[in-house]
Amino acid sequence: MDVEILSRIQFAFTASFHYIYPPLSIGLGVILVIMEGLFLKTKNKLYHEMTRFWVKVFALTFAMGVATGIVLEFEFGTNWASYSRFVGDIFGSALAAEGIFAFFLESGFLAILVFGWNKVGPKTHFFSTIMVSLGSMFSAVWIVVANSWQQTPAGYHLMGEGLQTRAEITDFWEMVFNPSSMERLAHTLGGAWLAGAFLVISVSAFYLLKKRHVEFAQSSLKIGLVVVLFASFFQLFTGHQSALGISGYQPAKLAAFEAHYDSAKPGDLYLFGWVDDERQQVNLSVKIPGGLSFLLYGDASKPVTGLNDFPVSDRPPVNAVFQSYHFMVGTGIFIILVTLTSIIFWWRGILFQKYWLLKILVFSVLAPQIANQLGWFSAEVGRQPWIVYGLMRTSEGLSKAVSAGQTLFSLILFTLIYLLLFILFIFLLDRKIKQGPEATGDLASTYEQKRQSVDDLPLGNKSS
Amino acid sequence: MDFTFDLNTIWFILIGVLLAGYAILDGFDLGVGTLHLLNKSDYDRRIMLNSIGPVWDGNEVWLVTGGGALFAAFPHVYATVFSGFYTAFMLLLFVLIFRAVSIEFRSKRDNKRWRQMWDIAFSVSSILIAFLAGIALGNIVQGIPLGPDKEFTGNFWTLINPYAILVGITTVALFMMHGAIYAVMKTEGEIQQKIQGWINNTIIFFVICYVSVTMATLVYQPHMTSHFRDFPPAFIIATLNMLAIANIPREIHHRREFRAFLSSCASILALMALFAIGIFPNLVLSNPNPQYSLNIYNAASSLKTLKIMLTIAIIGIPFVLTYTISIYWVFRGKVKLDTTSY
Repeated sequence: MDVEILSRIQFAFTASFHYIYPPLSIGLGVILVIMEGLFLKTKNKLYHEMTRFWVKVFALTFAMGVATGIVLEFEFGTNWASYSRFVGDIFGSALAAEGIFAFFLESGFLAILVFGWNKVGPKTHFFSTIMVSLGSMFSAVWIVVANSWQQTPAGYHLMGEGLQTRAEITDFWEMVFNPSSMERLAHTLGGAWLAGAFLVISVSAFYLLKKRHVEFAQSSLKIGLVVVLFASFFQLFTGHQSALGISGYQPAKLAAFEAHYDSAKPGDLYLFGWVDDERQQVNLSVKIPGGLSFLLYGDASKPVTGLNDFPVSDRPPVNAVFQSYHFMVGTGIFIILVTLTSIIFWWRGILFQKYWLLKILVFSVLAPQIANQLGWFSAEVGRQPWIVYGLMRTSEGLSKAVSAGQTLFSLILFTLIYLLLFILFIFLLDRKIKQGPEATGDLASTYEQKRQSVDDLPLGNKSS
Repeated sequence: MDFTFDLNTIWFILIGVLLAGYAILDGFDLGVGTLHLLNKSDYDRRIMLNSIGPVWDGNEVWLVTGGGALFAAFPHVYATVFSGFYTAFMLLLFVLIFRAVSIEFRSKRDNKRWRQMWDIAFSVSSILIAFLAGIALGNIVQGIPLGPDKEFTGNFWTLINPYAILVGITTVALFMMHGAIYAVMKTEGEIQQKIQGWINNTIIFFVICYVSVTMATLVYQPHMTSHFRDFPPAFIIATLNMLAIANIPREIHHRREFRAFLSSCASILALMALFAIGIFPNLVLSNPNPQYSLNIYNAASSLKTLKIMLTIAIIGIPFVLTYTISIYWVFRGKVKLDTTSY
């Protein structure tokens, strides 16, 4: 295998693995703000117990996000040096802004969120929770802005010639608000809220099935459902907006989403199928004729730009993009159906008796994770063969100083290390869930206890 | 050399400030990590770990932001160094990952072997991070082989040379001393007395390394001294550095740990300043063929980007300092274990 494919696999793998965690942090962050806010408003200890339990889960996912995220901050330089030289002027500013505006905020207030229960008052603690949640979303803002610039470059001009060419910024705000950044940001955040909320729903459904921590679980589950009700419809809307944007700015990607080849014909909307790229047809398919044209233009007979308008060398791998896109949409529809069913049963007051539904909810935690991964896969593979759409090919972005052997070495190590981390993460998460929320006891002892002697604590284990 | 205080120079200084901030802040938590295994009891190890518990993660953000700022301000340095140091840098990333998770995982189970395993991972990765950072610094001082296309032309073994190893060991020694002083400041009673006993050894270890590196630099890297010859007042920093180091044992003797810690911070800052003055205006020296060196002009982003980034920095820095100071204020005083501790 050559260095290009190895570098692409490594980046895809390290980014995908990283992306398990930040959506959980962003989603859980919102839920923590809701729970702690409810506690401060109602003074109901149950909400306090919920906040403390989910903070612990949050801390674990956050640590995994930090550990795997630091790789990405430097991987552009290690594996994509030519790309880094080309886009540093623009892409680098977004990364630096993420550090200054998001990471410092997040990591600073995280200390109070996790360790500060006895150090600050309830209001300061709540303020820290809000700041951590905001920080995690600011981070999404800058990273999605940077990625969107790769999809729909704006606010730049090209300087220099040949290998010395690079993109230089001409208008910062045009770069930030490039044509795809806001709708992609909205779609990314919606996916993250779903990921966090479904984790809460899943764990709560598990407790309900086991008849443990029932009051805690019912209440957590309801909060999660409210968030997913909003987020799942939000995704429908932002997804549609994103597709409209792609049809305008990245027509080859949109054509690959629906395997649409002929620009003279209206676009069909496939429910599923298998693309035969050579014969330019979709086998084993069920489709709505003209459905794509209808969604884009409100007119099922209007033609849509097809893949044949692009030379073969400028097309993404069609079937891979088609499949990931359709599975994402399918998973999204599944999420909406599960959410609506649960909400209806909740409304009728029989949600907690529907064991079959609770069982589905336990596994529903996977749905947003799968949809998020597939969504990014569609977006990034759909952008190929470009690393910066229309400006630089992925093959031109590689590091000249790095060999295939070095990349293979790092890829193997990443695979082993991440596999180990994932097993440990699941193991510790599982333990945390099985241990369950601890009784928080008297409020005064948790919030307002002052300097306590170490010897009084049950945890200090002097021997061993 | 003509010195003009332009945007490129400002960014040279700002990147230096970010990296110095990283060295001072993550320096003490890495230092605590290097000493971790010297504690034998689980209780003492938890005290040490929790002394850095709420802050280590924020400290590491200085490195991440430094990386982002380097990418934005000097993309060629970011590209050349990280692709050129590929294998060494991947090792650094792996140990950074292991360190982060070992802090988080360690106390999650009450099992001796589990904790022992993560204690070793935490301590070894802390030592290796300091060592690899020093190796990188040593190679920047000495210069690395670059081609006319700004690409690194050496290999992994080019980076492993006596001078770089010496700087690597010195960095470990510096962080050990810095971490020990921090730990004394954050502990009390028996454990504090024990760490107090280590401090003198760490100071001796560091001073031996410091003297050796200084001699090696004067003898083998004479280009590092040229600005000090041209501009003698810069030697004040070298003097202040020595005074700061000499002040540490004095403050420790008088049990003024906070002042000892400030002295240690000042000495790290001075060392970074000496390094920066030495290499200025180069960022990566090419050796041989110095004409291919990356400096603050040929490696920089456009003036427009440097200007935008300066605006971002001016808006961001007051916030960053406010959070950092508030967090350290909230967690001031001696470490106590409670149910939220690691």
